[in-house]
Amino acid sequence: MRAVVWLVEGTWQGCLDAAAQILPPDARVTLLHVTPSDVGEVAEAATAGLLGRAFRVHRPVRRFEEVADQEALEILKAAGGRLGRENAELVHLRGRVEREVVGAVAEGVDLLVVARDGDRSRLGPHSLGHATRFIVDHAPCPVLLVWPDEPPGIDSIPPPHEPYREGR
Amino acid sequence: MPGFVSETLAVLLLVAMLACAVARPRGWPEAVFAVPAALLLLVLGVLPLSQAGAEARSLAPTIGFLAAVLVLADLCDRYGLFEAAGSWMATSSRGRPVALLALVFVVASVVTAVLGLDATVLLLTPIVLTTVARLRLRAKPHAYACSHLANSASLLLPVSNLTNLLAFRASGLSFARFGAIMALPWLAAIAVEWGVLRRFFATDLVGRSETEVATPLRIPVFASAVVALTLVGFFVTSVLRVNPAFAALGGAVTLAVPALVHRRAKVRDIGFALDVPFLAFVLALGLVVKGVSLHGLSSLIVHLLPSGTSLGSLLLVAGIAAVLANLINNLPAVLLLLPAAAAAGPGVVLAVLIGVNAGPNLTYVGSLATLLWRRVLSQRGEELRTSEFLRLGVVTVPPVLLASTVALWVSLRLVG
Repeated sequence: MRAVVWLVEGTWQGCLDAAAQILPPDARVTLLHVTPSDVGEVAEAATAGLLGRAFRVHRPVRRFEEVADQEALEILKAAGGRLGRENAELVHLRGRVEREVVGAVAEGVDLLVVARDGDRSRLGPHSLGHATRFIVDHAPCPVLLVWPDEPPGIDSIPPPHEPYREGR
Repeated sequence: MPGFVSETLAVLLLVAMLACAVARPRGWPEAVFAVPAALLLLVLGVLPLSQAGAEARSLAPTIGFLAAVLVLADLCDRYGLFEAAGSWMATSSRGRPVALLALVFVVASVVTAVLGLDATVLLLTPIVLTTVARLRLRAKPHAYACSHLANSASLLLPVSNLTNLLAFRASGLSFARFGAIMALPWLAAIAVEWGVLRRFFATDLVGRSETEVATPLRIPVFASAVVALTLVGFFVTSVLRVNPAFAALGGAVTLAVPALVHRRAKVRDIGFALDVPFLAFVLALGLVVKGVSLHGLSSLIVHLLPSGTSLGSLLLVAGIAAVLANLINNLPAVLLLLPAAAAAGPGVVLAVLIGVNAGPNLTYVGSLATLLWRRVLSQRGEELRTSEFLRLGVVTVPPVLLASTVALWVSLRLVG
């Protein structure tokens, strides 16, 4: 079995622990981190709004991109250590996160493990982040969605609407 | 030359000049296109020399003020003020992304208000982003916070935005009065941005940093004290009826001399921070817009722009200003609207500012500019995802305009 575990800042530890419990010991595991390219673009867009200042503006986000790449490698290294399996492959990509992840599982992958991200206080149709939603919709392999921390209790389901109850 | 020919020529020249300034063929600075455009208007006689001289004289103090603030902010960076702020945010947030976002809001709002939006976009944003990356948290909400607040938190003081400096000159308000009236609108804008961004990026504000935060950097006392004194100086000069630009100049010189002596900065660094091409661009843009206004367009704008200070007219003014800022960028927009707004009184001028400062978050660079800029990016083989910018703009800009303008209306009644 070949599995890819997608790791994101904020949820990667929980995602990795859940994957470690579920994946069979002989699975070939790839740990994947994608550094988003659009964060730097937001900052660059703001500089483009500064009409007249071209003389002074020199790619203010270059340092951020270097640091983001370094930290991504650190996360992958830490994740490899935490997983503790030999032969785990570490992959670092940069680009549109959701497209890079789907691209990385396009061929020969049996399972993609993804952490649910998002706001635990508002479970509902928008409780998956944009990238996660895209990946769930487009990944060409089975996707395992895991909670990065404790799953919510059954009492997180809101009470049924009145008309539904009456209809029964 | 008949009036309509002059007007058409001036408008065409303004549009061509803005297009070149955004697309920047060969990567030349904007002034390379703006200065010849202004000279051409003079040579063609569309802008009479006497009018040009008067406009240049009236713009000169504003440009001097701008130059002093640019140097002040750059020197703060050289003294390590922004690095220290980044380190303080990292430590104080204790690795919690929402707390970090709140601190970014505080710092970006204060930096924008006191040192201007250029400081937030060019000096603070890179430090915020590297701080978030080092904490191994997701940086997108913080990136948007900086770029949005650079615009919407630039309402407070005349120094916060070049548009404010231009309006300050036209409004006849004192520095202190400007700040007193705009305090509520400024807070309203920040509050709305917080409410919207916190929800919009809820999925990215997760987890907690586990990285070791390095020993926090010490806040540079001298630079912070000079900035604080400069701020006091703005108010004192305005009470004494002296141009507050002198307070900015005083602050810049006080930081520059020891920086030069201790080789923190070289003379050429200060020359670079002064950004003469930008100052030339502002002057040239002012002259070209003057040429456009002279031949009938300004009287048209006087008719279009409501002149009362009822809530309805202030909202309409802010809306018109926001639309214009998105069509042609906010600098030319404010220059075009100011003569009519100033004639209607300071309340209308400040409503224009709410529109031109908060409005650009809708399309960032103005729609003309966005179109050109996208073309430039695609020529460079880069793809720009505008959908997220636009979605966030649509949910923030209208409520910010509404809340800030209502706050302005209240403020005008309280402060008068």
